[in-house]
Amino acid sequence: MNRRESLKYLAAGSIASGLLLSGCDWSNPEEVEKSLWKYKYGRTADEIAHDNSLLVQQFFTPVELALITRLAHLILPPNEIGDIEKAEVPELIEFMAKDYLPFQEPLRKGLATLNQRATEGFGSDFLSLEEPKQHELLEPIAYPNEVSEELKEQASFFNLMRNLTLTGYYTSEVGIKDLGYQGNQPNVWNGVPDHVLQKHGMDYDESWMPKFLDVSRRNDKAEWDENGNLLT
Amino acid sequence: MEIISSKKVYDVIIVGSGAGGGMATKVLSEAGLKVAVVEAGDHFDPANPEQQTQLKWPYESPRRGSSIHRAFGDFDALYGGWDIEGEPYTNVEGTQFDWFRARMLGGRTNHWGRISLRFGPLDFKSKSRDGIGEDWPIGYEDVKPYYDKVDKLIGIFGSKEGIYNEPDGFFLPAPKPRLHELYYKKGAEMAGVKVMPSRLSIVTKRINDERGVCFYCNQCNRSCQVYADFSAGSCLIFPAQKNGGQIDLYTGAMVREVMTDGNGRATGVSYIDKASGKDYELKGKVVVLAASACSSARILLNSKSAVHPEGLGNSSGLIGKYLHDSTGADRMGFVPALMDREIYNEDGVGGMHLYSPWWLDNKNLDFARGYHIEVWGGLGMPSYGFGFNPNDLNRFFGERVGGYGDHLRKDIRKYYGSMVGMSGRGESIARKENYCEIDPEKVDQWGIPVLRFHYKWSDEERKQARHMHDTFEEIIVNMGGIPLGDKPGKESDYGLHKPGRIIHEVGTTRMGSDPKQSVVNEFERLHDVDNVFVVDAGPFVSQADKNPTWTILALSWRTSDYIVDQFKQQNF
Repeated sequence: MNRRESLKYLAAGSIASGLLLSGCDWSNPEEVEKSLWKYKYGRTADEIAHDNSLLVQQFFTPVELALITRLAHLILPPNEIGDIEKAEVPELIEFMAKDYLPFQEPLRKGLATLNQRATEGFGSDFLSLEEPKQHELLEPIAYPNEVSEELKEQASFFNLMRNLTLTGYYTSEVGIKDLGYQGNQPNVWNGVPDHVLQKHGMDYDESWMPKFLDVSRRNDKAEWDENGNLLT
Repeated sequence: MEIISSKKVYDVIIVGSGAGGGMATKVLSEAGLKVAVVEAGDHFDPANPEQQTQLKWPYESPRRGSSIHRAFGDFDALYGGWDIEGEPYTNVEGTQFDWFRARMLGGRTNHWGRISLRFGPLDFKSKSRDGIGEDWPIGYEDVKPYYDKVDKLIGIFGSKEGIYNEPDGFFLPAPKPRLHELYYKKGAEMAGVKVMPSRLSIVTKRINDERGVCFYCNQCNRSCQVYADFSAGSCLIFPAQKNGGQIDLYTGAMVREVMTDGNGRATGVSYIDKASGKDYELKGKVVVLAASACSSARILLNSKSAVHPEGLGNSSGLIGKYLHDSTGADRMGFVPALMDREIYNEDGVGGMHLYSPWWLDNKNLDFARGYHIEVWGGLGMPSYGFGFNPNDLNRFFGERVGGYGDHLRKDIRKYYGSMVGMSGRGESIARKENYCEIDPEKVDQWGIPVLRFHYKWSDEERKQARHMHDTFEEIIVNMGGIPLGDKPGKESDYGLHKPGRIIHEVGTTRMGSDPKQSVVNEFERLHDVDNVFVVDAGPFVSQADKNPTWTILALSWRTSDYIVDQFKQQNF
């Protein structure tokens, strides 16, 4: 499906609310297009068609998504830099469930079991509970090495939720800022900063220095003598 | 079947546009020959914004870069992989070879590790050294002038070390090591393992006005938009086009077979235009196959005629035989001294700044042939998978694993950049019993018979992998680190990767002076036919523990010079 086809498909109203999460105004084709096409990352035509076919579908119900969002918040509460919604963690989990089908059952079943445990324990679904009660339900499933036999499946669901939440956060714009990653931009590498070397008791071997690039001469065109000695 | 035939007769038709095909395109077109390049995949140019993945952030992909669709993740440049829809291959029961294929202009050179190691004098004469396998009919001295030319044309950083079997070349200066690489150096040298600057085809210093200089984004696998790394499109084919070469580029063109005349000489190739599904025929005086070792073997085996009933050039019955891939094993360690690191931009070039060449003498070991060690780690950009099992390492400190809440931020920050990994890549033995052949029962979506593989490792490779793991553990411990995971044992072949996984498959049209024992001669020309050449890794007699690309390039240049000379002598 190319862009035009997917728009046609959308206009025909034959697809479930794939744009539910983005709060996109369906009736506005431009906004629909923008929403579908926020992902520009060097795709082939086939890849674009595949992505689009997933982006216009909806797997989780609004209630399930609300629970996913709440759980993700509990797993990683907001700080001054970011939160899981700014990191679009629920959107990622929704997408992954469609892109990697083995995620569907454990996630859907895990959410249902969590609600069931909430109802059995406290007479209400998970979302309606006060935070301390939500914690009470998470404690027995949050530490993989300390889980009782009957909660193993819930624990592995929680593990999956934790993995998806954290990977979603730390691969987002806010998460990368939170982590402090400094790269993915043009720069000139000139070795580990001196004070870091010192802290680790390391140095650049003096005898090795001639092997390394003199960054100030990186734009001088390379020329060699016949023995391969660099002259420039 | 309707075949649409071209009137034009090319001097040379080149099948495939990777390292071998790219080099042939450049040398032959610049000599004034009329060239057709036939590529099964799409056109690709890393400078094309529609195709670029370099400098993208993980959140620009809806799956945050995960490898569900592209084998090495969403941002890897490669189109293709181990499984391509509509293009199956099979394995003889009880054997396994995983076949990786690129489907794009430039082929696998768009995403490879740029590790550009020359073969040394010993690597061409292995049988003379240990009695196993076969010697090449040529030696280092034959290829050296071409390695030198490749170094200067394409650009490679490294350092002069004066090691006999790791010959020096014309190097650009190496980038300084990263912090984890200094830890590696310390740990490896304590274990008696040689460590030196790596040798990668990345332009750390300007080599010409057409190519940019590395800006250290660590993403060579995404193919560089300023052409500061070696890819066959950006460094060979595009410059050849700009230099006025007479090059017709056919993309999306899947070659079915090499056409021959009544005397068995090649007259051109037939191909399927993938977009229309129609069959075409191109005429040429010379055919150069560079479709990758196994694809070229497949084309030859499928080119049957009255003169060549077993496939073109297959009078020896050896096409497809002696298939071999590099050995590989990997291990990761956790280095507590690298916890809670100060964060700075440590991207560097795409790949390791240091590595270890083979440092031992096999006379004292229980396996033949060596391996080199690649090292990885550092403060890399998060991608899908980052943050999984965030505090498993707590177990080494008697702290709780798992949980939820703000402490997970601290855990992630604490362990970020504290892992160091090692990959051994070694030489396997070329064996006649490891081969690809035409599957008599299966065809691809265009009706072309597909390949069937038969490949098994031997104890030589298994013991080498065991040695790799012993070495990795020793180095990790020397670094003050803890090896992670269990050391793989006999039941898992000591962690030896499955054949094909290192993507260095070679040997299927091997070179030799005896037409009964080999497929091509020392100029990579079929023994049986004087106007068909193979310039991918098919002609490799043995592969050393060196990545094949630099040798593919050098040999393709040498062969192309020979072809030009033959044209001058009016032999074509």
